[in-house]
Amino acid sequence: MTGTWPLLRHFLRRDRWMLLAWSLGITLLYWSQAVSVKGLYATQAEFDRAAVAMQSNTAFVAMAGPARALNTIGGQVTWQATAFGAVTAGLMSMFLVVRHTRAEEESGRDEMLRASAVGRGATTLATVLVALVANLLTGALVVLSLLTVPLEAADSLALGVGLAAVGMVFAAVALLAAQLTSGPRAAYGITGAVIGAAYVLRAIGDVGSPTLTWMSPIGWYQGMHAFSGLRWWPLVPLALAAVAVAAVAAAMFGRRDHDAGILAARPGPTRARAALGTPLGLAWRLQRGALIGWTLGLFLTGLSYGSLGSDVGDLLGDSATTQDMFARGSDDVVKGFYATAILMLALMCSGYAISQAIRPRHDEDRGVVEVLLATGLSRSRWLLAQVVFTVVGSALVVLAAGVGLGLGYALSTGDGSVLPTYVVATLPYLAPVLVLSGLARLLYGIAPRLASLSWAGLVFAVVVMLFGQVLQIPEAVQDLSPFHHLALVPAEAFRWPPLLVLAAIAVALTSAGIVSFTRRDVEVR
Amino acid sequence: MSNPIEIHGLVKAFGSLRALDGLDLEVEPGEVHGFLGPNGAGKSTTVRVLLGLLRASAGSVRLLGGDPWTDAAELHRRLAYVPGDVTLWPNLTGGEVIDLLGRLRGGIDERRRADLVERFELDPSKKGRAYSKGNRQKVALVAALSSDVELLLLDEPTSGLDPLMEAVFQQCVEDFRAQGGTVLLSSHILAEVERLCDRVSIIRAGRCVESGTLTELRHLTRTTVRAETVRPVDGLARLEGVHDLVIDGLRVAFEVDTPALAPALATLQTAGLGTLTATPPTLEELFMRHYGDVAAAPEVEVRS
Repeated sequence: MTGTWPLLRHFLRRDRWMLLAWSLGITLLYWSQAVSVKGLYATQAEFDRAAVAMQSNTAFVAMAGPARALNTIGGQVTWQATAFGAVTAGLMSMFLVVRHTRAEEESGRDEMLRASAVGRGATTLATVLVALVANLLTGALVVLSLLTVPLEAADSLALGVGLAAVGMVFAAVALLAAQLTSGPRAAYGITGAVIGAAYVLRAIGDVGSPTLTWMSPIGWYQGMHAFSGLRWWPLVPLALAAVAVAAVAAAMFGRRDHDAGILAARPGPTRARAALGTPLGLAWRLQRGALIGWTLGLFLTGLSYGSLGSDVGDLLGDSATTQDMFARGSDDVVKGFYATAILMLALMCSGYAISQAIRPRHDEDRGVVEVLLATGLSRSRWLLAQVVFTVVGSALVVLAAGVGLGLGYALSTGDGSVLPTYVVATLPYLAPVLVLSGLARLLYGIAPRLASLSWAGLVFAVVVMLFGQVLQIPEAVQDLSPFHHLALVPAEAFRWPPLLVLAAIAVALTSAGIVSFTRRDVEVR
Repeated sequence: MSNPIEIHGLVKAFGSLRALDGLDLEVEPGEVHGFLGPNGAGKSTTVRVLLGLLRASAGSVRLLGGDPWTDAAELHRRLAYVPGDVTLWPNLTGGEVIDLLGRLRGGIDERRRADLVERFELDPSKKGRAYSKGNRQKVALVAALSSDVELLLLDEPTSGLDPLMEAVFQQCVEDFRAQGGTVLLSSHILAEVERLCDRVSIIRAGRCVESGTLTELRHLTRTTVRAETVRPVDGLARLEGVHDLVIDGLRVAFEVDTPALAPALATLQTAGLGTLTATPPTLEELFMRHYGDVAAAPEVEVRS
């Protein structure tokens, strides 16, 4: 495989920041669980009581995994972090693999690379090695972070190694998907579906039918029983699966033509539908996938928070830390918890709003905007259509989160009357969500390369929400987060003024963004 | 009626880089105007200023009697544009893109659309990601040519097309001109320019260095003369305007400036002419003369 080594170095150089961000993020997921559990319960008795309550909550088990040794810090970390950790490592692997294989083939860069003196499979091999580096790095960082807590070395090691192994299974799946499809989006879709299926299989399995758990790589990882009778053998099926799937992918790679997928591309319509003649119709056509995905995702997340029902009181215990973190000054822990849950859901909705607000940048990057704006479509109408679409889309995503939360709560408590309360409590958060996406539009309007900076706004808001009180961030700084102003319904009574001010700011930012865009040069290659 | 394109003293600066540096360009109604220049000379930048995608730093630009920056959308209904490097949405088919662009321009001529899809042998059911470079070009060409417009802005529109399709394209442009349309054609395919263009402007480093009909431009350069004489020829070397003289026995070859053509031929006749060929300069020679030194020392690639 001539050329694998220089290609690997090239890939690692291209990915170094992305790779670091993913592995640090995943490490934080594990480490923060350990640290937060450490201070949560004042006494072991309280911890035991909470553990019993958690164990008996089916929704919790379905979300996180088999409930084992929940009255220990290690058990808590394993329970809370492994399922999401595995999913996240899978996503990281998916992005890395597809980015260097199918996406590169589509862009034509792969052709250039392969035309140089590199072996046929060098790009593919280098991609697998990048995924390996990424997963090993993530695993190693997780182990190190857990050792600082400190937790038992062998079990910590198992959590890290198992995570890397799961990541590699999904990397192999992504590699296989990249052979099947002829476009990167479809490859992301297939891999994402496999990761989702693995998560759901183990969820159903953990609740009732263990056989299903053993059909999921995430189930194998959790089957290592770290911190509760560690066993190493589940690493064997993980390694076998990764190698086998990668081998199938390699065989397919050897048989297919460059730029072709094993699955033949289907011909599409030769004429456009009537709807695809307006900028709004175009926005719908290009962005509907993201909208449907986010709406569904937020609905399900809301549903899972809601399904905790009124049990949250038992789960959280009575320590002062808990009161600070969840009750947010309210006497009622349940209401406080749900006020916080709504805030968290709203922050997730911002992910949709920001990613779609800066989407025009991709059209500008790729150059399609040039042909589009050379028609009778003015810049302001082009951008406005996308703003309208994403504002309505954001409203839909926020609504879905609220309905999911209310519905989950209603189903788990049998009390349907709270459903409208939770929906109404969620809706005002559209305003801060739109402030963040308005900021993104303004940055994009000024210059497309600034657009990504808008993610910093979301990171800031998350930090203020999670650590504002713990780190004692000054109130004036916390006030900069648009999410810091709304009344925490249902823990507090609703107030109109902050909502109206935030809405006005969102409108102002968005308008300024559109105006800036119409005044600057379109950036074309 | 004013000219469809009137550019005077156009400057476009990207930071400290002056991509256009006092460019003048006039395109008259009903003509096909060739727009030539080496890579990075500012051709695409000019077209993008005309489209209102880039804002002029200085100078005056009139397009179809309007201001391309402020009246962009209204003006665009009356023109169609084909870039040299067409990018498509990976998940829209070629047919969908043609319809989309046509509708956004304010309507599409159905009969012409069907005719063009057939003539260019385009498969409109393929997704954008599956098209080759030449086929992406065809999608943009069909979209542009099937709209009812007065002006075509074509920026190296045939890059990636095969010679058969190139011929179809040339026929389409001639049909468009026959119906009174105006075309600005930026191209590196000199045969295409020679065949299609009524007038030509050559730009270099952001300025127009030559503009006129091909005949006028030829006048400015040299004719290649080859002859066989009966007796050895004498006196050519002393003539002003004769260059690169090669005498090989009775065969003689030289290049001559247009004013010196008549005296040079007279000198040949004194030696008794056997055979004579006189070749007017090709566009390629015009081209090389105007930026031959650029080819020797390429400029820094301008991001345009």
